[in-house]
Amino acid sequence: MVVSNIFVCGIGAVSPAGWGTAPLREALARDEPIAIKEIVQPGWPHGLRVRPVPPPSPRPAFVSHARLRRTSAIAQQAFAAALEALGDDSHALNDGSFRLGVVLCVMSGCVNYSRRFYAETLKDPATASPLVFPETVFNAPASHIAALLGTSAINYTLVGDPGTFLQGIALAADWLMRGQVDGCLVIGAEELDWLTTEAFRLFNPKIIVSDGAGALYLKLQPLGQAPIRVGAITHPYLFSKKQTRSQAAHLARAELPPGNGAQLLCDGLQGVARMDRDEQLVWNDWTGERISVKRFLGEGSMAAAAWQCVTAIDALERGSYSAAIVSIVGCNQQAIAAQFVKSQ
Amino acid sequence: MLFPTSHQTDSPARVVITGAGIITALGQGWKANAEGFRAGRTAIRPVTLFDVSRQRVKVAAELDLPASLPSTFLQPRDLRRMDRAAKMLLLAAYEAWGQSGWSPSEDLPVVLGTTSGGMTLGQDYYRQAIQPRHSHRRQPTRVLHYQPQRQALDLANAFGFSGPITVIANACASGANAIGHAWELLRYGRAERVLTGGYDALCQLVFAGFDSLQALSPTQCRPFDAHRDGLALGEGAAVLTLETLDYARRRGAEILGEIIGYGAATDAHHLTQPHPNGDAAFASMTAACETANVGPERIDYVNAHGTGTPLNDTAEAAAINRWAGARAATLPVSSTKSSIGHLLGGAGAVETVICLMALREQWLPPTSTLQTPEPACAFRVVRQPTDASPDYALTNSFGFGGANATLILRRWS
Repeated sequence: MVVSNIFVCGIGAVSPAGWGTAPLREALARDEPIAIKEIVQPGWPHGLRVRPVPPPSPRPAFVSHARLRRTSAIAQQAFAAALEALGDDSHALNDGSFRLGVVLCVMSGCVNYSRRFYAETLKDPATASPLVFPETVFNAPASHIAALLGTSAINYTLVGDPGTFLQGIALAADWLMRGQVDGCLVIGAEELDWLTTEAFRLFNPKIIVSDGAGALYLKLQPLGQAPIRVGAITHPYLFSKKQTRSQAAHLARAELPPGNGAQLLCDGLQGVARMDRDEQLVWNDWTGERISVKRFLGEGSMAAAAWQCVTAIDALERGSYSAAIVSIVGCNQQAIAAQFVKSQ
Repeated sequence: MLFPTSHQTDSPARVVITGAGIITALGQGWKANAEGFRAGRTAIRPVTLFDVSRQRVKVAAELDLPASLPSTFLQPRDLRRMDRAAKMLLLAAYEAWGQSGWSPSEDLPVVLGTTSGGMTLGQDYYRQAIQPRHSHRRQPTRVLHYQPQRQALDLANAFGFSGPITVIANACASGANAIGHAWELLRYGRAERVLTGGYDALCQLVFAGFDSLQALSPTQCRPFDAHRDGLALGEGAAVLTLETLDYARRRGAEILGEIIGYGAATDAHHLTQPHPNGDAAFASMTAACETANVGPERIDYVNAHGTGTPLNDTAEAAAINRWAGARAATLPVSSTKSSIGHLLGGAGAVETVICLMALREQWLPPTSTLQTPEPACAFRVVRQPTDASPDYALTNSFGFGGANATLILRRWS
């Protein structure tokens, strides 16, 4: 068994519970789902039910930065989560020698400005805004994060279903182990829009879409130097013509190191029976404690995958668990799972 | 297990190319494209895919898709759901897969680069969603199939394999980053084979976006020309089958070339403009040379990012001048975007295949539209198709958001 020495040295979150990991933790402790709001879809008589990120209070100073002033929510929320995860190490970037890698994971990405720019294009392409278009690109938030933090190290934006967030952690771990970076942020982020909310509703009207971001800050350290290490990330098991979603979910669980009652399960159940069925069956026999962040926060896609990890790590830091498992049975790509371990 | 793994190796594996597929506005397949580049042909023409009557620029390197798609494990229903980008990707993959002689496998990673995925389906979805008489007909299919991971899954289903899917969306460097990431997976023992490449199709949103930025040339795309005034958009795909040298030798595969270096860096200067000194481009070229263990003096040809915009070409010229040093005076450089336009997420992969063609067939593709060389270029811009004997080729890809990537290839002999 290979033992990882990739450690989680910081976590950050922006969620419907608020800006920061603390509001997320408190919301989960209250054991009450975040209140549902409605957004308007043009031409549709009914509101679309969502759980949006509340406005920050106070407004963070970085929002006024030239790079973030005109961005949509996703870049601002991703940066806030990244900054929280980075903690004091943000100062290490000042001398320019610290190589900070960035892995941003998204499913829908910069949908606000993509919709807005395409609407302008359909109205009259001659007047579509050149300020909006660059913000439609998948990697715009990752670029802003690199610019604000002043890092020129390797920076990838990965697109996929929510399981991609765990692939992003594995990618960052590889970069760290090969010495390509000194630290690496892995960020999952999404933003709300009526367009994506309607799209989810087509598959199940009970899904409550939400937005936000979550971030992990990883470093390679000697064993015992930091409290939480990345223990294992399973192979991503694809949903395909040969392998159903249920089979993929079973395979992901089977590959994890054996769990026990002292471990916490952070699953991806959201309280919508049809969407939850495959994952529910796989973890039916779990006897330890479990927490389902999406039941409280909504379907945040890649952001939700990040919240699951943030919650797992936060619980390890504060609780008596020896390890925490994150299970992600994605929308349309893969099932994958991870284990985070508390250092002895 | 994706992580941790015991596959880390002290001596990195050599990575070879055993299959290459390409489709651009010059044609479908290696032969059509090689002939096009050897003849210095340009494939830029009026856009017919969407209305450009209100656009400042009305041309692009639009390609003609074949009437039918190749026979794979995909069913007719699967093919009907594919958008233009997915079809291009399938065509390029089919060529590469066939050339490699690969068979289906349960553990074959796919690494793809794209900026837009199936954006044409996303556009269709939006246009229907805003209709007053709201209909959901075909909308769920559009939601599923516009996503890039769906297009990667289509490849897995088409050829009967399974394995981790990674889609890198680093704007116009996506294709090069994808190949670079695939190269690293092989080099460090994470896989023995990887299917990789990049793709993007022309779509109205992106065309209007570049036009709104006034980044499109209203005259003719002329990379590294003193009077250049913008880029031309293109579309297409390229796919490579990469494997470790050991694996390729064990199965007696024909080796087309070797990838020996990859570097990436981030330019934090501006979301859409490179630093005027090309610092990140210099960093990515330098990093690629370090991993390849070759210096600029060994590079026989540079396929530049060379978009034809005033800012890109000045910054890239500065970076190449600085990186090449004394070698610059005799270094052949060209931008093939003059022939096939800028393929965005497909550019890095397509230009890697062009480098592979140049190494295998021993010629250099020209910047076919160059009239007056940019004085800032200390290097020689290839203006005519040229017979040559390159052994090492370097290709640059830079993108919005400051994504910079460089790959180095070696001729297989």
